[in-house]
Amino acid sequence: MHQLIGKMFAPAFSNKLLNQQHDGAAIDLGNGTKIAFTTDSFVVSPLFFPGGNIGTLAVNGTVNDLAMCGAKPLYLSAGFIIEEGLPMETLWQVVHSMSEATETAGVQLVTGDTKVVDRGKGDGIYINTAGIGLIDSDRAISPTQIQPGDKILINGDLGRHGMAIMAVREGLEFETEIKSDCAPLVDPVFALLDAGIEVHCLRDLTRGGLATTLVEIAESINTHLHISEAAVPVREDVRGACEILGFDPFYVANEGRFMAFVPPDDAGRAIEILRQFPDGDQAAIIGDVTEKSGTVVTMKSQIGATRILDMLSGEQLPRIC
Amino acid sequence: MCLAVPGKITTIQDTGDPLLRTGKVSFGGIQKEVNLAYVPEAKIGDYVLVHVGFALNVVDEAEANQVFEYLREMGELAELTETGGDASDTS
Amino acid sequence: MKYIDEYRDADAAQKLARAIHNITTREWTIMEICGGQTHSIIKFGIDELLPEQITLVHGPGCPVCVTPVELIEKAIEIASRPDVIFCSFGDMLRVPGKKKDLLTVKSEGGNVRIVYSPLDCLKIAQEQPDKEVVFFAVGFETTAPANAMAVYQAQQQGIKNFSLLVSHVLVPPAMEAILSSPVNQVQGFLAAGHVCTVMGYHEYPPIAEKYHVPIVVTGFEPVDILQGVYAVIKQLEEGRAEVENQYRRVVRQQGNPGAQQIIQTVFEVSNRKWRGVGEIPQSGLRLRDTYRAYDAEFKFNLSDQAIPEDPECISGLILQGVKKPHECTAFGTRCTPEKPLGAPMVSSEGACAAYFRYRARG
Repeated sequence: MHQLIGKMFAPAFSNKLLNQQHDGAAIDLGNGTKIAFTTDSFVVSPLFFPGGNIGTLAVNGTVNDLAMCGAKPLYLSAGFIIEEGLPMETLWQVVHSMSEATETAGVQLVTGDTKVVDRGKGDGIYINTAGIGLIDSDRAISPTQIQPGDKILINGDLGRHGMAIMAVREGLEFETEIKSDCAPLVDPVFALLDAGIEVHCLRDLTRGGLATTLVEIAESINTHLHISEAAVPVREDVRGACEILGFDPFYVANEGRFMAFVPPDDAGRAIEILRQFPDGDQAAIIGDVTEKSGTVVTMKSQIGATRILDMLSGEQLPRIC
Repeated sequence: MCLAVPGKITTIQDTGDPLLRTGKVSFGGIQKEVNLAYVPEAKIGDYVLVHVGFALNVVDEAEANQVFEYLREMGELAELTETGGDASDTS
Repeated sequence: MKYIDEYRDADAAQKLARAIHNITTREWTIMEICGGQTHSIIKFGIDELLPEQITLVHGPGCPVCVTPVELIEKAIEIASRPDVIFCSFGDMLRVPGKKKDLLTVKSEGGNVRIVYSPLDCLKIAQEQPDKEVVFFAVGFETTAPANAMAVYQAQQQGIKNFSLLVSHVLVPPAMEAILSSPVNQVQGFLAAGHVCTVMGYHEYPPIAEKYHVPIVVTGFEPVDILQGVYAVIKQLEEGRAEVENQYRRVVRQQGNPGAQQIIQTVFEVSNRKWRGVGEIPQSGLRLRDTYRAYDAEFKFNLSDQAIPEDPECISGLILQGVKKPHECTAFGTRCTPEKPLGAPMVSSEGACAAYFRYRARG
């Protein structure tokens, strides 16, 4: 996927705003107003999973991309691609949970579109969204703001969303209380900003998990990032699910987790703030930005050895070996 | 070649046919149904090693701790050798 | 998690690593047989703790790596049939056949499903009586009792629309093949703990004696592997060549008799071709005649054409520890995890994939 973006899309549409290559584009409208503009698509299967569904995912995913730009999410659009024969009850449940999610996140869905495709040409329903948020003018938040010595923080334990999906995916079912961590991140992000924490960069940890996000950022700023495995919180039941399916929690998807880069002096305070939020009790400092250049991420493993953390090619599959 | 994980038996369902004997096994809190045909001696509360839905053996608690006694000996041995003691066979 | 976390304890690992440093006086090459052990070594960086003189060679113990291209092609042929539901462990979905893999068959509309246990296939077969459910039964002795039980129960319950495409291989013959090769580099083995959980380790003393190599039955967590390495090095340094059991918490000398019995009932030993290594006599399992109705190779009368390996791929030499992945001319260029030439690049445990993923960044 990364090659596709790098080799095809980026050169085809190259412009200053696109080349930020961040969760959303930060646009200065010139009259002192800056907005963040983002888009995302949702193709999750199964459509409903413990802790959420494709509708809550669509709203929170878009809202979170805006929050990652330090923008206050305001307006969303939603395009539905519905497979012929999708039961109305299913559609209603998705739409209903989307409307609830917009209320929780404090945004409005202001425009939309619906298309129907033939039976067998879609997986029930796909949702594409766009979002606009207001950026408080004096805050630049993007990978380019990251400084050597910055601390790397995450706002809670990892891997819940990915394993909640696995728990209900056909052929792999297991009994569990694991629920997706799908949630809007507006409040914790703005709690940091309003408390005057100098936030250099924010990035939500979605599909490829923690490791993929770290490598993406290391590559985009050509800086060596280092983390410690023992500092990364993973809940016992999520670890159990990963062990039996042969998954590495560092590559499992999250939907309510983000990474923040802050100066060392602000790190302690930032963690205290994040720990006040629901599911935030495991917020942790997991590593730091080194002085060295080079697009590599290293990790001190649980037994104290150092190894390279790489991006995963393709989706993680359950394995027996 | 074989990912096998230790888990704790929480329930056992006996259908009369020993080959169909199954149980629920907990791995850090998540539970999976597991075939117990190859561990007829296993009972609730035992830890079993599970691979592709089958329990292959009951984990031996005493042997499990033996590794750490061995390490303690090694620890004492290391101090001994640093202070010039003889290196007795610890395996 | 009990019986896992204790064996990932940092100071236990560091203590063992120091002990290994203390007793290592010369260069040694050790092979860890199992892909799972390789995965642990790479994931925890265990090799970083070892002295420079010790080289760990990743062995052939990964069903993805050793399943021959012919069988992948047969799997693709069966999975492409509209009347078939093709079930497999996740590992096999990205293994390259001649032109495509099972994931491509799935994207082209083939009914390919990932299962956790072979028994799941019986449920699917009962739910879909009009479909032929075929399970890709790969693996070593550890997985054989599970695959055998699926056939045994199918026959008992009269399930007819179920069959296995078998690709089962055995460890001891592979060890002998490596040790008898004139270019063999391996001086000691970490034997595969979970294979021995089923089979015990009575098959290894004759090998240890014949080739004068220490063999230590070893687990999969860092403390297990480090203790296994310590035991092998200690023997090498003292010139001994014995079989030891480090993984005592789950491995007994005689293994699991019940599991061995069902393997004997359903399977028989046969010659098997190993991808990249060639045919090794008596090195695999096939279904006995009494279970022929459950053998997909007969049920679907598949074409039997030998398929040459990719000429540039040296996976055989890598699996035998003769060459390192970066010594292959295609490594990282024509052969990457996205477009693997040979199987050791496909499996995340394969020596080439592990090398690419964890070393490529220098």
